[in-house]
Amino acid sequence: MTDTRSIVVVVNGKRYERAVDTRQTLADFLRLDLGLTGTHLGCEHGVCGACTVRLDGAAVRSCLMLAVQAHEKTVQTVEGLAGNDELSPLQQAFHDKHALQCGFCTSGILMTMTEFLEENPSPTEAEVRAALSGNICRCTGYQNIVEAVLATAVALRDKRNAAL
Amino acid sequence: MGRGRFVDDIVLPGMYAAAFVRSPLAHARIKSIDASAALARPGVHAVLTYQDLPATLRERRMPLFVPHPTLTPRMQYALVKEEACYVGEAVAVVVADDRYIAEDALPLVEIEYESLPAVSDCKLGASPASPRAHLDLESNVVSRMISSVGDIVAAFRDVKHVFREEIFQHRGGAFFMECRGAIASYDAAEGSLLLYVSSQGPHRIKRGLLDLYDLSDTQLRVVTPDVGGGFGPKGSLYAEYPVVAACSMKLGRPVKWIEDRRENFVATHQERDQYWDMEIAVDDEARIRGLRGTLTHDNGAYTPWGIVLPWISVATVPGPYVLPAYHVELRSVLTNKVMATPVRGAGRPEGVVVMERLMDRIAREFNLDAAEVRRRNFIQPSQMPYNVGVIFRDGRPVVYDSGDYPACQDAALKAIGYADFRQRQAEARRQSRYIGIGIGNAVEGTGLGPYEGAAVKVATNGRITVSTGATPQGQSHKTTLAQIAADQFGVSIDAIQVETGDTAKISQGIGTFAARTAVNAGSSVHVASVKVAEKAKAIAAKLLDVRAEDLELRDGYVQLAALPEGAGVASDNARQIRKSLAELAVVAAGMPGFAMQDGAEPGLESIAYFTATQSTYANGTAAAEVEVDIETGRVTILRLVLAHDCGRLINPMVVDGQVMGGVAHAIGNALYERMIYDDQAQPLSTNFGEYLLPLAPDVPRIEIIHLETPSPLNPLGIKGAGESGTIPTIAPIIAAVEDALSPFGVKISEAPITPQRIVELLGDAALGRTR
Ligand code: FES
Ligand code: FES
Repeated sequence: MTDTRSIVVVVNGKRYERAVDTRQTLADFLRLDLGLTGTHLGCEHGVCGACTVRLDGAAVRSCLMLAVQAHEKTVQTVEGLAGNDELSPLQQAFHDKHALQCGFCTSGILMTMTEFLEENPSPTEAEVRAALSGNICRCTGYQNIVEAVLATAVALRDKRNAAL
Repeated sequence: MGRGRFVDDIVLPGMYAAAFVRSPLAHARIKSIDASAALARPGVHAVLTYQDLPATLRERRMPLFVPHPTLTPRMQYALVKEEACYVGEAVAVVVADDRYIAEDALPLVEIEYESLPAVSDCKLGASPASPRAHLDLESNVVSRMISSVGDIVAAFRDVKHVFREEIFQHRGGAFFMECRGAIASYDAAEGSLLLYVSSQGPHRIKRGLLDLYDLSDTQLRVVTPDVGGGFGPKGSLYAEYPVVAACSMKLGRPVKWIEDRRENFVATHQERDQYWDMEIAVDDEARIRGLRGTLTHDNGAYTPWGIVLPWISVATVPGPYVLPAYHVELRSVLTNKVMATPVRGAGRPEGVVVMERLMDRIAREFNLDAAEVRRRNFIQPSQMPYNVGVIFRDGRPVVYDSGDYPACQDAALKAIGYADFRQRQAEARRQSRYIGIGIGNAVEGTGLGPYEGAAVKVATNGRITVSTGATPQGQSHKTTLAQIAADQFGVSIDAIQVETGDTAKISQGIGTFAARTAVNAGSSVHVASVKVAEKAKAIAAKLLDVRAEDLELRDGYVQLAALPEGAGVASDNARQIRKSLAELAVVAAGMPGFAMQDGAEPGLESIAYFTATQSTYANGTAAAEVEVDIETGRVTILRLVLAHDCGRLINPMVVDGQVMGGVAHAIGNALYERMIYDDQAQPLSTNFGEYLLPLAPDVPRIEIIHLETPSPLNPLGIKGAGESGTIPTIAPIIAAVEDALSPFGVKISEAPITPQRIVELLGDAALGRTR
C-alpha cells in the first residue's frame, strides 16, 4: 500500500539521505523525519502559508508537496534563517516590532518575506501587503508584520549602501 | 523565533497517533458499527467506540461549565452513544502507528446511519412545528431568560417615537492558526495521567477530566505548551481529550491527536447566528426611553457553556448609553450544528451592533448627525460608578466603574476627520465614488472573576519565577506579567522567568478568557511580588542590622535605598551594605540557628489569588471610513480609528498588538467570515477557500488612541484589553457601508455584509426606486 523511495536532499546546508514513503508530504518529512518542527501546518490545503519553506530558493507550501519532490534539491526552513545563533535581519525586526503574537504563522511568513525582500528590496507598503496575502495571521492584524518587513528593507538597503 | 514548542512538536517515546471517525450527518441514529476491517489494517492498534470507553465515560456526559436556572442542559457523551447531533460529532477513534495509517483506517470503520430530520436555522428551530435537534426534546428552546430593567411598559406608552429593527448577525469561528491537539500519556504503574493540550487554561480542563475519570488531584497533570491562538474556543473541554486519554490507558502508550483544518471547521466551537427583533422608544429630543425585544440564539447541539454567550450579548446592548428601561427575552435554541461558545468578543460585538444600528436609525429618523444622537445619550463621567441594572453572568448587576465615554468618541472622531467628512463625501460622489463613515461605541466587562493566581518565588540561586494558571496564546502575558514582577524586584524583564500552563506549577487556575489575564493574574503577580519583596527586605534588615524601610531592591540585591543624612558612611561602604536575593533565599529557606521572622513562612515566595469584586469596564469607540464599489459590491476600508480606554496601560506595545488583531477579526466578521450550512445543517464552508479570513490587503493601517482612566477595582488600575479591538468595530463598518450607499436608499440590518449581498441590496433598492 505504501511505497518507499530513497531521497537525497540538502536541508539548511546539511545533506540527508533518507527512505521516505512516497505519499509523505514534504512538511511531514521535515517535521517528523528530520525533527525540524519550526515548519507549521495550519490548513494542509495550501491556503494559510504556515508551512512555507524554500525549495531551491523558491517559497513553496510544504503541505502541498511530497517529500520525494525535494529529491536532489535544497530546502531552507525557518531553522536555517538564523546564522550562528544570530537572528536574521527580518527575524530581528519581527522581534523588535512585535510582529508575532502566538508565533504559529511566523515561520511561514518569514520564509515568504525573505524571498520577497530578495526579489523586491525596496517595496511599498501595498506591495508588502500583496505579497503577504498568501499567509494568514489571525493574531496580529498584519500591521506590525508589514512594519517589520518595511523596516528590514530599509536596514538591508542601508547595509548595502554602507558596503559600497 | 519560529521555534515555539506547540503540542504537535512534542514527540514522546512509543507514541501512537489517533484520528476520529465523525458523523457525516447532522442528525442520525447509529444502527451499527463494525470496526473489524479497520482493526485488520496493519499498523492499527485500536478502534474505540462508545461501548469501548471506560465505565465512567459511558455513565457520564461531558461536564457543563456554567449552569443556569433557566437552562435545560444537554451535554454529549465523549463518543456518540446512539444519536449523532451534528456533522463532526466524534463517533469512534482509530489509533495507529502514525496519522497516515490512522486516516487510512477511518473509512474502514463501517457505520450504518439512519438519517433524521435536522434543525439548521435557530429561528425555524424555535417554532413548535420544527423537528427536534435531539429526538427526546420537547422543545428546541433550551433556555428562555428575561433581562429587565425599569418600567418598559411606561417607557413605550409615554413617547411618540418608536422604531423597530430586525437584525441578523452571524459570527463564524475562531480559526486560530494552530488547530486543537492533545497528547495523553498514561502511567499504569503510577495510575497517573499526563495530558498535553493546546488550551486556554489547563486547570479547567483538569477539573473536568478529574470528574469524568474519578481521578484524584495528584493523578492528573495537564500541561499547555505554546498555543497557536485560542480566541475563546480553546477554553472548552472537548470530547476528544478524555477519548485520547482512554486510548492511552487502553494501549499503555502515549497517544497524540492533532486536529486537521477540516475537523476544525466542523468540530471546534463557533459563535454563529443571532436574530434580534428590537423596538426602541425615543423622546422628542432623541433620547432613549426604552428598548425591548427578543434575541433568538443558535446554541448548536449541546450546552457546554450554558447561556453565557447570548447572555453577554444581552448585557452588552446598553453600552455607554443611558437606558432607563430595557427588556429582552433571550431564547437559546438547540440546532444540529457544532456548539456555539464564545469567540473573541464573546457575544459583545453583536450587542454593540444592535445598539449602534438603532442609534443610526434614530439619527436618520430625526435627521440628526449620528455622533450627536450618541452624545445626547451618553452616560456622563460624573455619573460613575453607573449601575446599568442588567444582571451580568457573574450574577452581579452591571456597574460601570469608570470611563469617559463622550471624550472617547470625540477622540476617535477628531482623528478620523469627522467634522469635514460630509464635504469629502460630497466631493467623492461628484467623482462617482461612494464613501461612508460609521461609529461604534462599546463598553466591555473585563477581568471576570473568580480569580487567577500567581506564585512568585526567588530560588536559592537568585532566580525569580512567576507561575500562573493563565495560559498565553499570543497575548504576551509572559512579558506583561514579567514586567509587573520586575517593577517590584528592580530588575529587567529578562530576569523574571514566567511559567504558565502547567497544573503541576500552581494548583489552582481558571485560564485565559474574557480579557481577564492582565487584570486577575497581573494583580496576583503584583500582590505576591510585593509580599516577596517585603519578606526579602525584612530578612535583609535583620542580617544587616538596618531598618527595612531604608532598603530597596535593585538588580538582584536588597540594599540601602539612600544613605541617611550625615550617616558618616562612605558611599563605597554603603554599597557593601547589601544582600543578594540568592543569599536571602537561602536564609529564608531556613538556616540552622537563624530564627524565622515572627511567624514568617519559610521560603522567599508567596502565592496570591487576586479576587476581583466585580468586572471592570473598559470602553472604546471605533470609527470607520469605507469606500464601496457599486458595480462589484467590494468594500475597501479607507480609515479605521480606535480610541479606547483599558485603564492603566502596562505595556502599550502589547495592548496595541492585541487591539490590531482584534480589529482585523472584526473586519472579518463585518465583511467576510461566514459559516454556511444547508437546510439539513450540512456545513458547506469547510476550508479557507470557502470561508474567508481577512488577509493583509484587507486590513487597513489601524490608528489607535489610548485614553487611561484607571480602574478603582484592582491594585494596578488596569482593565482587560484582549477583545477591545473586536467589540466596537463590526458596527461602524456596517454603518459606513450603509452610509456610503445612502444615495441608493440601501438599509443594512445584518452582518457580515458580503459583496454579493451588497449587489443584491443595491439591486433591490434600484428596483424600489424605479417601481
Ligand atoms: S499548511 Fe500549508 S498552506 Fe496551510
Ligand atoms: S501570530 Fe498568531 S497567527 Fe500570526
